[in-house]
Amino acid sequence: MDQIQKTLLEQIAGLHEVPAGAYNIRANGQSVSRNVTANIDIVTKEDKQGIDIIIKPGTKKESVHIPVVLSQSGLKEMVYNDFYVGDDCDVTIIAGCGIHNGGDLESKHDGIHSFFIGKNSHLRYVEKHYGSGDGKGKRIMNPETVVELGENSFMEMETVQIRGVDSTKRSTSATLADGAKLVITERLMTHGTQNAESHFKVDLNGAGSSANLISRSVAKEDSHQLFVSEINGNNRCAGHSECDAIIMDNAKIGAVPKITANHLDAALIHEAAIGKIAGEQITKLMTLGLTEAEAEEQIVNGFLK
Amino acid sequence: MLELRNLSFQVPEQGSAKKEIIKGINLILKDNTFTAITGPNGGGKSTLAKLIMGMETPTGGQILWNGQDITDLNVTERAKLGISFAFQQPVRFKGIKVKDLITLAAGEKISTASACEYLSKVGLCARDYINRDVDASLSGGELKRIEIATIIARNTPLSVFDEPEAGIDLWSFSNLIKVFEELHEKHENSLIIISHQERILNIADEIVVLADGVIKAQGPRESILPELLNGTGGCKFYQ
Repeated sequence: MDQIQKTLLEQIAGLHEVPAGAYNIRANGQSVSRNVTANIDIVTKEDKQGIDIIIKPGTKKESVHIPVVLSQSGLKEMVYNDFYVGDDCDVTIIAGCGIHNGGDLESKHDGIHSFFIGKNSHLRYVEKHYGSGDGKGKRIMNPETVVELGENSFMEMETVQIRGVDSTKRSTSATLADGAKLVITERLMTHGTQNAESHFKVDLNGAGSSANLISRSVAKEDSHQLFVSEINGNNRCAGHSECDAIIMDNAKIGAVPKITANHLDAALIHEAAIGKIAGEQITKLMTLGLTEAEAEEQIVNGFLK
Repeated sequence: MLELRNLSFQVPEQGSAKKEIIKGINLILKDNTFTAITGPNGGGKSTLAKLIMGMETPTGGQILWNGQDITDLNVTERAKLGISFAFQQPVRFKGIKVKDLITLAAGEKISTASACEYLSKVGLCARDYINRDVDASLSGGELKRIEIATIIARNTPLSVFDEPEAGIDLWSFSNLIKVFEELHEKHENSLIIISHQERILNIADEIVVLADGVIKAQGPRESILPELLNGTGGCKFYQ
Protein backbone atom coordinates (compact mmCIF):
# COMPACT_ATOMS: atom_id res chain seq x y z
CA MET A 1 0.00 0.00 0.00
CA ASP A 2 1.20 3.51 -0.73
CA GLN A 3 1.27 6.44 1.67
CA ILE A 4 -2.09 7.87 0.51
CA GLN A 5 -3.77 4.55 1.12
CA LYS A 6 -2.12 4.24 4.53
CA THR A 7 -3.38 7.71 5.49
CA LEU A 8 -6.91 6.81 4.42
CA LEU A 9 -6.68 3.63 6.45
CA GLU A 10 -5.64 5.56 9.52
CA GLN A 11 -8.53 8.01 9.10
CA ILE A 12 -11.27 5.41 8.72
CA ALA A 13 -10.08 2.60 10.92
CA GLY A 14 -7.47 4.17 13.18
CA LEU A 15 -5.03 1.62 11.83
CA HIS A 16 -1.30 2.30 11.72
CA GLU A 17 -0.35 -1.26 11.02
CA VAL A 18 -1.91 -4.63 10.49
CA PRO A 19 -4.80 -5.00 12.92
CA ALA A 20 -5.12 -7.76 15.48
CA GLY A 21 -7.71 -10.45 14.77
CA ALA A 22 -9.52 -11.05 11.51
CA TYR A 23 -9.32 -8.50 8.74
CA ASN A 24 -9.74 -7.90 5.04
CA ILE A 25 -8.26 -4.78 3.52
CA ARG A 26 -9.59 -3.77 0.11
CA ALA A 27 -7.68 -1.20 -1.92
CA ASN A 28 -8.62 0.09 -5.39
CA GLY A 29 -11.10 -2.69 -6.03
CA GLN A 30 -9.00 -5.62 -4.83
CA SER A 31 -8.47 -7.46 -1.61
CA VAL A 32 -4.85 -6.72 -0.68
CA SER A 33 -4.55 -8.33 2.71
CA ARG A 34 -6.57 -10.78 4.74
CA ASN A 35 -6.38 -12.71 8.00
CA VAL A 36 -8.82 -15.20 9.46
CA THR A 37 -8.95 -16.67 12.95
CA ALA A 38 -10.16 -19.96 14.40
CA ASN A 39 -13.58 -18.42 14.97
CA ILE A 40 -13.89 -15.89 12.16
CA ASP A 41 -13.68 -16.87 8.52
CA ILE A 42 -13.62 -14.50 5.54
CA VAL A 43 -14.51 -15.92 2.14
CA THR A 44 -14.45 -14.14 -1.23
CA LYS A 45 -17.77 -14.22 -3.05
CA GLU A 46 -17.69 -16.00 -6.37
CA ASP A 47 -20.77 -14.57 -8.07
CA LYS A 48 -20.14 -10.89 -7.33
CA GLN A 49 -17.72 -8.46 -5.67
CA GLY A 50 -17.50 -8.82 -1.93
CA ILE A 51 -16.90 -11.17 0.95
CA ASP A 52 -18.75 -13.34 3.44
CA ILE A 53 -17.70 -12.93 7.04
CA ILE A 54 -18.69 -15.94 9.08
CA ILE A 55 -18.46 -15.72 12.84
CA LYS A 56 -18.86 -19.00 14.74
CA PRO A 57 -21.41 -19.26 17.57
CA GLY A 58 -19.94 -18.42 20.94
CA THR A 59 -17.17 -16.17 19.60
CA LYS A 60 -16.36 -13.59 22.27
CA LYS A 61 -14.16 -10.50 22.44
CA GLU A 62 -12.92 -10.74 18.87
CA SER A 63 -12.86 -8.09 16.19
CA VAL A 64 -13.01 -7.89 12.41
CA HIS A 65 -11.62 -5.00 10.39
CA ILE A 66 -12.83 -4.62 6.80
CA PRO A 67 -11.67 -1.21 5.59
CA VAL A 68 -11.90 -0.10 1.96
CA VAL A 69 -9.64 2.53 0.41
CA LEU A 70 -9.83 4.07 -3.04
CA SER A 71 -7.04 6.24 -4.33
CA GLN A 72 -7.43 5.71 -8.07
CA SER A 73 -9.46 8.56 -9.55
CA GLY A 74 -12.46 7.39 -11.56
CA LEU A 75 -12.78 3.99 -9.90
CA LYS A 76 -16.38 2.90 -9.29
CA GLU A 77 -17.27 -0.23 -7.42
CA MET A 78 -20.23 -2.01 -5.93
CA VAL A 79 -19.42 -4.41 -3.12
CA TYR A 80 -21.60 -6.92 -1.28
CA ASN A 81 -20.45 -7.95 2.17
CA ASP A 82 -22.50 -10.44 4.18
CA PHE A 83 -21.94 -10.97 7.87
CA TYR A 84 -23.14 -14.14 9.55
CA VAL A 85 -22.90 -13.75 13.31
CA GLY A 86 -23.72 -16.94 15.20
CA ASP A 87 -25.58 -17.29 18.51
CA ASP A 88 -24.02 -16.10 21.79
CA CYS A 89 -21.31 -13.95 20.20
CA ASP A 90 -19.77 -10.72 21.44
CA VAL A 91 -17.80 -9.14 18.63
CA THR A 92 -16.81 -5.81 17.09
CA ILE A 93 -16.77 -5.14 13.35
CA ILE A 94 -14.98 -2.08 12.08
CA ALA A 95 -15.74 -1.12 8.50
CA GLY A 96 -15.16 2.14 6.71
CA CYS A 97 -14.32 3.68 3.42
CA GLY A 98 -11.77 6.30 2.50
CA ILE A 99 -11.58 7.86 -0.94
CA HIS A 100 -8.69 10.00 -2.12
CA ASN A 101 -9.50 11.59 -5.43
CA GLY A 102 -6.68 13.60 -6.88
CA GLY A 103 -8.07 13.50 -10.42
CA ASP A 104 -11.05 14.87 -12.30
CA LEU A 105 -13.06 11.68 -12.63
CA GLU A 106 -15.79 10.62 -10.24
CA SER A 107 -14.76 7.98 -7.66
CA LYS A 108 -17.52 5.95 -6.14
CA HIS A 109 -17.88 3.18 -3.59
CA ASP A 110 -21.28 1.62 -3.07
CA GLY A 111 -21.58 -1.16 -0.57
CA ILE A 112 -24.34 -3.34 0.73
CA HIS A 113 -23.63 -4.79 4.13
CA SER A 114 -26.07 -7.47 5.26
CA PHE A 115 -26.03 -8.69 8.82
CA PHE A 116 -27.61 -11.96 9.89
CA ILE A 117 -27.29 -12.01 13.65
CA GLY A 118 -28.24 -15.07 15.68
CA LYS A 119 -29.68 -15.25 19.18
CA ASN A 120 -28.27 -13.66 22.34
CA SER A 121 -25.39 -11.98 20.53
CA HIS A 122 -23.86 -8.57 20.96
CA LEU A 123 -22.41 -6.84 17.93
CA ARG A 124 -20.74 -3.47 17.80
CA TYR A 125 -20.45 -2.19 14.24
CA VAL A 126 -18.45 0.93 13.46
CA GLU A 127 -18.37 2.58 10.04
CA LYS A 128 -16.37 5.69 9.18
CA HIS A 129 -16.35 7.55 5.92
CA TYR A 130 -13.68 9.97 4.82
CA GLY A 131 -12.65 11.71 1.65
CA SER A 132 -9.54 13.64 0.64
CA GLY A 133 -7.74 14.87 -2.46
CA ASP A 134 -7.92 18.13 -4.35
CA GLY A 135 -9.03 16.83 -7.75
CA LYS A 136 -12.27 18.04 -9.29
CA GLY A 137 -13.61 14.47 -9.40
CA LYS A 138 -16.36 13.81 -6.90
CA ARG A 139 -16.04 11.37 -4.01
CA ILE A 140 -19.26 9.42 -3.67
CA MET A 141 -20.29 6.74 -1.18
CA ASN A 142 -23.65 5.07 -0.93
CA PRO A 143 -23.65 2.57 1.90
CA GLU A 144 -26.60 0.30 2.45
CA THR A 145 -26.97 -1.69 5.63
CA VAL A 146 -29.51 -4.44 6.11
CA VAL A 147 -29.84 -6.03 9.53
CA GLU A 148 -31.73 -9.08 10.75
CA LEU A 149 -31.43 -9.14 14.49
CA GLY A 150 -32.18 -12.46 16.20
CA GLU A 151 -33.88 -13.06 19.54
CA ASN A 152 -32.38 -11.15 22.46
CA SER A 153 -29.49 -9.89 20.38
CA PHE A 154 -28.10 -6.40 20.65
CA MET A 155 -26.48 -4.39 17.89
CA GLU A 156 -24.79 -1.04 18.36
CA MET A 157 -24.07 0.70 15.10
CA GLU A 158 -21.96 3.84 14.94
CA THR A 159 -21.49 5.74 11.71
CA VAL A 160 -19.26 8.74 11.24
CA GLN A 161 -18.77 10.96 8.20
CA ILE A 162 -16.97 14.15 9.04
CA ARG A 163 -14.96 15.22 6.01
CA GLY A 164 -14.54 15.10 2.33
CA VAL A 165 -17.40 13.02 0.97
CA ASP A 166 -19.19 14.95 -1.79
CA SER A 167 -22.30 12.88 -2.00
CA THR A 168 -23.67 10.15 0.17
CA LYS A 169 -26.95 8.34 0.38
CA ARG A 170 -27.06 6.05 3.35
CA SER A 171 -29.79 3.52 3.72
CA THR A 172 -30.20 1.38 6.80
CA SER A 173 -32.99 -1.10 7.39
CA ALA A 174 -33.46 -3.52 10.25
CA THR A 175 -35.91 -6.14 11.45
CA LEU A 176 -35.88 -7.13 15.10
CA ALA A 177 -37.02 -10.39 16.67
CA ASP A 178 -38.27 -10.88 20.25
CA GLY A 179 -36.18 -9.06 22.83
CA ALA A 180 -33.74 -7.69 20.25
CA LYS A 181 -32.27 -4.25 20.68
CA LEU A 182 -30.76 -1.87 18.15
CA VAL A 183 -28.96 1.39 18.84
CA ILE A 184 -27.77 3.46 15.90
CA THR A 185 -25.66 6.57 16.39
CA GLU A 186 -24.91 8.70 13.38
CA ARG A 187 -22.47 11.62 13.25
CA LEU A 188 -22.39 13.68 10.12
CA MET A 189 -20.82 16.91 8.99
CA THR A 190 -21.17 18.36 5.52
CA HIS A 191 -19.54 21.40 3.98
CA GLY A 192 -18.98 23.01 0.59
CA THR A 193 -21.70 21.84 -1.80
CA GLN A 194 -21.90 18.36 -0.31
CA ASN A 195 -25.11 16.43 -0.23
CA ALA A 196 -25.92 13.77 2.36
CA GLU A 197 -29.04 11.71 2.86
CA SER A 198 -29.73 9.22 5.60
CA HIS A 199 -32.68 6.86 5.45
CA PHE A 200 -33.56 4.55 8.30
CA LYS A 201 -36.30 1.96 8.36
CA VAL A 202 -36.73 -0.20 11.43
CA ASP A 203 -39.37 -2.91 11.86
CA LEU A 204 -39.88 -3.81 15.48
CA ASN A 205 -41.46 -7.21 14.89
CA GLY A 206 -40.55 -8.98 18.12
CA ALA A 207 -42.18 -8.72 21.52
CA GLY A 208 -40.00 -6.61 23.81
CA SER A 209 -37.81 -5.36 20.96
CA SER A 210 -36.43 -1.84 21.01
CA ALA A 211 -34.63 0.61 18.78
CA ASN A 212 -32.95 3.93 19.36
CA LEU A 213 -31.79 6.01 16.37
CA ILE A 214 -29.68 9.02 17.21
CA SER A 215 -28.46 11.40 14.56
CA ARG A 216 -26.27 14.40 15.27
CA SER A 217 -25.30 16.49 12.29
CA VAL A 218 -23.79 19.79 11.30
CA ALA A 219 -24.37 21.32 7.86
CA LYS A 220 -22.02 24.12 6.87
CA GLU A 221 -21.63 26.43 3.87
CA ASP A 222 -23.87 25.40 0.94
CA SER A 223 -24.35 21.75 1.86
CA HIS A 224 -27.61 19.83 2.01
CA GLN A 225 -28.73 17.13 4.42
CA LEU A 226 -31.83 15.00 4.63
CA PHE A 227 -32.68 12.66 7.50
CA VAL A 228 -35.56 10.26 7.02
CA SER A 229 -36.48 7.81 9.72
CA GLU A 230 -39.25 5.30 9.79
CA ILE A 231 -39.99 3.10 12.79
CA ASN A 232 -42.79 0.54 12.64
CA GLY A 233 -43.93 -0.89 15.95
CA ASN A 234 -45.47 -4.22 15.04
CA ASN A 235 -45.49 -5.76 18.51
CA ARG A 236 -45.02 -4.77 22.14
CA CYS A 237 -41.92 -2.66 21.65
CA ALA A 238 -40.19 0.66 22.24
CA GLY A 239 -38.83 2.88 19.49
CA HIS A 240 -37.13 6.25 19.71
CA SER A 241 -35.52 8.38 17.06
CA GLU A 242 -33.78 11.66 17.53
CA CYS A 243 -32.44 14.00 14.89
CA ASP A 244 -30.47 16.90 16.22
CA ALA A 245 -28.87 19.22 13.70
CA ILE A 246 -26.89 22.43 13.66
CA ILE A 247 -27.35 24.56 10.57
CA MET A 248 -24.72 27.10 9.53
CA ASP A 249 -24.12 29.52 6.66
CA ASN A 250 -26.37 28.77 3.66
CA ALA A 251 -26.91 25.08 4.37
CA LYS A 252 -30.23 23.30 4.19
CA ILE A 253 -31.38 20.46 6.44
CA GLY A 254 -34.54 18.38 6.29
CA ALA A 255 -35.81 15.89 8.86
CA VAL A 256 -38.68 13.58 8.01
CA PRO A 257 -39.79 11.44 10.91
CA LYS A 258 -42.35 8.70 10.57
CA ILE A 259 -43.46 6.47 13.40
CA THR A 260 -46.20 3.91 12.96
CA ALA A 261 -47.74 1.86 15.74
CA ASN A 262 -49.39 -1.32 14.54
CA HIS A 263 -49.78 -2.70 18.04
CA LEU A 264 -51.46 -1.35 21.17
CA ASP A 265 -48.29 -1.74 23.25
CA ALA A 266 -45.92 -0.10 20.80
CA ALA A 267 -44.39 2.99 22.41
CA LEU A 268 -42.77 5.21 19.80
CA ILE A 269 -41.19 8.62 20.10
CA HIS A 270 -39.58 10.90 17.58
CA GLU A 271 -37.66 14.05 18.37
CA ALA A 272 -36.20 16.40 15.78
CA ALA A 273 -34.49 19.70 16.30
CA ILE A 274 -32.72 21.86 13.75
CA GLY A 275 -31.25 25.21 14.62
CA LYS A 276 -28.22 27.41 14.48
CA ILE A 277 -25.71 27.60 17.31
CA ALA A 278 -27.26 29.61 20.12
CA GLY A 279 -25.60 33.02 20.39
CA GLU A 280 -25.31 32.71 24.16
CA GLN A 281 -23.26 29.51 23.78
CA ILE A 282 -20.71 31.43 21.73
CA THR A 283 -20.79 34.33 24.20
CA LYS A 284 -20.20 32.02 27.17
CA LEU A 285 -17.11 30.52 25.56
CA MET A 286 -15.90 34.00 24.59
CA THR A 287 -16.12 35.00 28.27
CA LEU A 288 -13.65 32.16 28.86
CA GLY A 289 -11.23 33.77 26.39
CA LEU A 290 -12.05 31.90 23.16
CA THR A 291 -12.48 33.86 19.95
CA GLU A 292 -15.80 33.61 18.16
CA ALA A 293 -14.35 31.17 15.61
CA GLU A 294 -12.73 29.03 18.33
CA ALA A 295 -16.01 29.00 20.25
CA GLU A 296 -17.91 27.86 17.18
CA GLU A 297 -15.38 25.09 16.52
CA GLN A 298 -15.54 23.92 20.13
CA ILE A 299 -19.34 23.75 20.01
CA VAL A 300 -19.40 21.84 16.70
CA ASN A 301 -16.68 19.40 17.77
CA GLY A 302 -18.41 18.74 21.07
CA PHE A 303 -21.73 18.23 19.33
CA LEU A 304 -20.27 15.67 16.95
CA LYS A 305 -18.04 13.94 19.49
CA MET B 1 -9.13 49.54 38.60
CA LEU B 2 -12.39 49.70 36.66
CA GLU B 3 -13.73 53.07 35.71
CA LEU B 4 -17.06 53.84 34.07
CA ARG B 5 -17.18 57.34 32.56
CA ASN B 6 -20.55 58.82 31.73
CA LEU B 7 -21.68 55.37 30.56
CA SER B 8 -25.05 55.09 28.91
CA PHE B 9 -27.05 52.48 27.08
CA GLN B 10 -30.21 52.97 25.07
CA VAL B 11 -32.43 50.51 23.25
CA PRO B 12 -34.73 51.45 20.39
CA GLU B 13 -38.42 51.44 21.14
CA GLN B 14 -41.36 51.80 18.79
CA GLY B 15 -40.76 54.30 16.02
CA SER B 16 -37.76 56.52 16.59
CA ALA B 17 -38.17 56.55 20.39
CA LYS B 18 -35.33 55.23 22.54
CA LYS B 19 -35.41 53.84 26.04
CA GLU B 20 -32.51 54.67 28.30
CA ILE B 21 -31.51 51.69 30.42
CA ILE B 22 -28.26 53.17 31.77
CA LYS B 23 -28.14 56.92 32.11
CA GLY B 24 -24.66 58.41 32.17
CA ILE B 25 -23.14 56.45 35.01
CA ASN B 26 -19.81 57.42 36.57
CA LEU B 27 -18.24 54.85 38.82
CA ILE B 28 -14.76 53.91 40.01
CA LEU B 29 -14.10 50.45 41.44
CA LYS B 30 -10.68 50.15 43.03
CA ASP B 31 -8.56 47.00 42.88
CA ASN B 32 -9.23 44.20 45.30
CA THR B 33 -12.66 45.43 46.27
CA PHE B 34 -15.82 43.44 46.64
CA THR B 35 -18.62 45.54 45.22
CA ALA B 36 -22.24 44.54 45.41
CA ILE B 37 -24.61 46.21 42.98
CA THR B 38 -28.18 46.12 44.16
CA GLY B 39 -31.45 47.82 43.38
CA PRO B 40 -34.94 47.12 42.11
CA ASN B 41 -35.72 44.80 39.23
CA GLY B 42 -35.49 46.55 35.90
CA GLY B 43 -33.11 49.16 37.32
CA GLY B 44 -30.30 48.30 34.88
CA LYS B 45 -28.08 46.04 37.03
CA SER B 46 -27.75 43.13 34.61
CA THR B 47 -27.30 45.53 31.70
CA LEU B 48 -24.47 47.24 33.54
CA ALA B 49 -22.81 43.85 34.15
CA LYS B 50 -23.10 42.99 30.44
CA LEU B 51 -21.67 46.37 29.45
CA ILE B 52 -18.63 45.72 31.64
CA MET B 53 -18.04 42.29 30.01
CA GLY B 54 -18.65 43.64 26.48
CA MET B 55 -21.78 41.60 25.90
CA GLU B 56 -23.62 44.84 25.20
CA THR B 57 -22.12 47.90 23.52
CA PRO B 58 -22.69 51.22 25.27
CA THR B 59 -24.39 53.98 23.31
CA GLY B 60 -22.27 56.56 25.12
CA GLY B 61 -19.37 56.94 27.51
CA GLN B 62 -16.26 54.92 28.22
CA ILE B 63 -15.10 51.89 30.18
CA LEU B 64 -11.50 51.88 31.42
CA TRP B 65 -9.75 48.85 32.87
CA ASN B 66 -6.45 49.61 34.57
CA GLY B 67 -6.26 52.84 32.62
CA GLN B 68 -6.87 51.19 29.24
CA ASP B 69 -9.96 52.20 27.29
CA ILE B 70 -11.74 48.89 26.66
CA THR B 71 -15.02 50.38 25.39
CA ASP B 72 -14.45 49.02 21.88
CA LEU B 73 -12.98 45.65 22.88
CA ASN B 74 -15.07 42.54 22.39
CA VAL B 75 -15.89 39.87 24.97
CA THR B 76 -12.87 37.70 24.12
CA GLU B 77 -10.44 40.60 24.38
CA ARG B 78 -11.85 41.66 27.75
CA ALA B 79 -11.73 38.04 28.96
CA LYS B 80 -8.06 37.92 27.99
CA LEU B 81 -7.43 41.14 29.94
CA GLY B 82 -8.64 39.38 33.07
CA ILE B 83 -12.37 39.96 33.32
CA SER B 84 -14.74 37.06 34.00
CA PHE B 85 -18.50 36.86 33.88
CA ALA B 86 -20.89 34.43 35.56
CA PHE B 87 -24.23 34.22 33.79
CA GLN B 88 -27.46 34.65 35.69
CA GLN B 89 -28.87 31.81 33.62
CA PRO B 90 -25.98 29.55 32.67
CA VAL B 91 -25.80 28.25 29.14
CA ARG B 92 -26.34 24.58 28.25
CA PHE B 93 -24.26 22.75 25.65
CA LYS B 94 -24.85 19.44 23.94
CA GLY B 95 -21.63 17.46 23.84
CA ILE B 96 -19.46 19.70 26.06
CA LYS B 97 -18.57 17.99 29.28
CA VAL B 98 -18.19 19.64 32.66
CA LYS B 99 -14.48 18.86 32.53
CA ASP B 100 -14.19 20.45 29.05
CA LEU B 101 -15.80 23.65 30.26
CA ILE B 102 -13.60 23.87 33.35
CA THR B 103 -10.51 23.15 31.23
CA LEU B 104 -11.45 25.94 28.82
CA ALA B 105 -11.98 28.24 31.78
CA ALA B 106 -8.60 27.37 33.28
CA GLY B 107 -7.05 28.16 29.91
CA GLU B 108 -4.69 25.19 30.04
CA LYS B 109 -4.80 21.44 30.29
CA ILE B 110 -5.64 20.55 33.84
CA SER B 111 -5.70 17.25 35.63
CA THR B 112 -8.96 15.63 36.55
CA ALA B 113 -7.91 16.15 40.17
CA SER B 114 -7.72 19.93 39.77
CA ALA B 115 -11.00 20.05 37.87
CA CYS B 116 -12.54 18.09 40.73
CA GLU B 117 -11.15 20.56 43.23
CA TYR B 118 -13.04 23.41 41.55
CA LEU B 119 -16.25 21.40 41.60
CA SER B 120 -15.81 20.49 45.26
CA LYS B 121 -15.57 24.20 46.07
CA VAL B 122 -19.08 24.71 44.74
CA GLY B 123 -20.34 21.72 46.69
CA LEU B 124 -20.61 19.22 43.86
CA CYS B 125 -19.34 15.69 44.24
CA ALA B 126 -16.82 15.89 41.44
CA ARG B 127 -16.81 12.21 40.52
CA ASP B 128 -20.52 12.36 39.66
CA TYR B 129 -20.23 15.42 37.46
CA ILE B 130 -16.86 15.63 35.77
CA ASN B 131 -17.83 13.53 32.74
CA ARG B 132 -21.39 14.73 32.39
CA ASP B 133 -22.52 16.93 29.54
CA VAL B 134 -23.37 20.52 30.42
CA ASP B 135 -26.84 19.97 28.98
CA ALA B 136 -30.48 19.71 29.91
CA SER B 137 -29.77 16.68 32.13
CA LEU B 138 -28.39 19.05 34.78
CA SER B 139 -30.73 20.97 37.04
CA GLY B 140 -30.68 24.76 37.19
CA GLY B 141 -28.91 24.67 40.56
CA GLU B 142 -26.24 22.25 39.34
CA LEU B 143 -25.61 24.38 36.27
CA LYS B 144 -25.30 27.47 38.39
CA ARG B 145 -22.68 25.87 40.58
CA ILE B 146 -20.73 24.66 37.53
CA GLU B 147 -20.90 28.20 36.17
CA ILE B 148 -19.34 29.47 39.39
CA ALA B 149 -16.70 26.72 39.23
CA THR B 150 -15.63 28.09 35.82
CA ILE B 151 -15.08 31.50 37.41
CA ILE B 152 -13.00 29.96 40.20
CA ALA B 153 -10.94 28.11 37.57
CA ARG B 154 -10.34 31.35 35.67
CA ASN B 155 -9.23 33.21 38.80
CA THR B 156 -9.02 36.60 37.07
CA PRO B 157 -8.40 40.04 38.63
CA LEU B 158 -12.07 40.96 38.08
CA SER B 159 -15.10 38.69 38.17
CA VAL B 160 -18.64 39.88 37.52
CA PHE B 161 -21.46 37.72 38.90
CA ASP B 162 -24.98 38.36 37.69
CA GLU B 163 -27.33 37.30 40.49
CA PRO B 164 -25.30 34.29 41.59
CA GLU B 165 -27.84 33.39 44.27
CA ALA B 166 -30.65 32.77 41.75
CA GLY B 167 -31.37 29.05 41.66
CA ILE B 168 -28.98 28.22 44.51
CA ASP B 169 -30.43 26.39 47.48
CA LEU B 170 -29.85 27.36 51.09
CA TRP B 171 -27.13 24.83 51.79
CA SER B 172 -25.02 25.86 48.84
CA PHE B 173 -25.66 29.50 49.60
CA SER B 174 -23.26 29.46 52.53
CA ASN B 175 -20.80 27.67 50.27
CA LEU B 176 -21.21 30.43 47.74
CA ILE B 177 -20.34 33.04 50.34
CA LYS B 178 -17.14 31.11 51.09
CA VAL B 179 -16.30 31.04 47.39
CA PHE B 180 -16.64 34.82 47.17
CA GLU B 181 -14.56 35.35 50.27
CA GLU B 182 -11.83 33.09 48.95
CA LEU B 183 -11.75 34.72 45.51
CA HIS B 184 -11.63 38.12 47.13
CA GLU B 185 -9.42 37.70 50.18
CA LYS B 186 -7.09 34.82 49.34
CA HIS B 187 -6.55 35.64 45.69
CA GLU B 188 -6.94 39.41 46.09
CA ASN B 189 -9.30 39.69 43.12
CA SER B 190 -12.02 42.26 42.61
CA LEU B 191 -15.59 41.09 42.55
CA ILE B 192 -18.70 42.78 41.24
CA ILE B 193 -21.78 40.95 42.36
CA ILE B 194 -25.27 41.83 41.23
CA SER B 195 -27.48 40.74 44.09
CA HIS B 196 -30.60 41.29 46.15
CA GLN B 197 -29.38 39.06 48.96
CA GLU B 198 -28.66 40.61 52.31
CA ARG B 199 -26.11 37.88 53.09
CA ILE B 200 -24.12 38.86 50.01
CA LEU B 201 -24.46 42.57 50.64
CA ASN B 202 -23.26 41.82 54.16
CA ILE B 203 -19.82 40.71 53.01
CA ALA B 204 -19.30 43.41 50.37
CA ASP B 205 -16.79 46.22 50.86
CA GLU B 206 -18.78 48.63 48.75
CA ILE B 207 -22.44 48.78 47.83
CA VAL B 208 -23.82 50.52 44.77
CA VAL B 209 -27.57 51.08 44.54
CA LEU B 210 -28.74 51.27 40.96
CA ALA B 211 -32.30 52.23 40.13
CA ASP B 212 -33.86 53.54 36.96
CA GLY B 213 -30.48 53.52 35.23
CA VAL B 214 -28.73 55.84 37.67
CA ILE B 215 -26.65 55.38 40.81
CA LYS B 216 -28.85 56.33 43.74
CA ALA B 217 -26.26 55.64 46.39
CA GLN B 218 -22.73 54.38 46.64
CA GLY B 219 -20.32 53.88 49.48
CA PRO B 220 -18.91 51.52 52.06
CA ARG B 221 -21.21 48.75 53.24
CA GLU B 222 -21.34 50.21 56.73
CA SER B 223 -22.99 53.38 55.52
CA ILE B 224 -25.24 52.01 52.76
CA LEU B 225 -26.53 48.73 54.16
CA PRO B 226 -28.30 50.11 57.25
CA GLU B 227 -30.22 52.52 55.02
CA LEU B 228 -31.17 49.70 52.65
CA LEU B 229 -32.38 47.47 55.45
CA ASN B 230 -34.16 50.18 57.31
CA GLY B 231 -37.72 49.46 56.15
CA THR B 232 -39.17 52.56 54.54
CA GLY B 233 -35.79 54.23 54.62
CA GLY B 234 -34.46 51.59 52.24
CA CYS B 235 -36.97 52.67 49.69
CA LYS B 236 -35.58 56.11 49.52
CA PHE B 237 -32.87 54.91 47.15
CA TYR B 238 -35.49 53.54 44.86
CA GLN B 239 -37.56 56.69 44.63
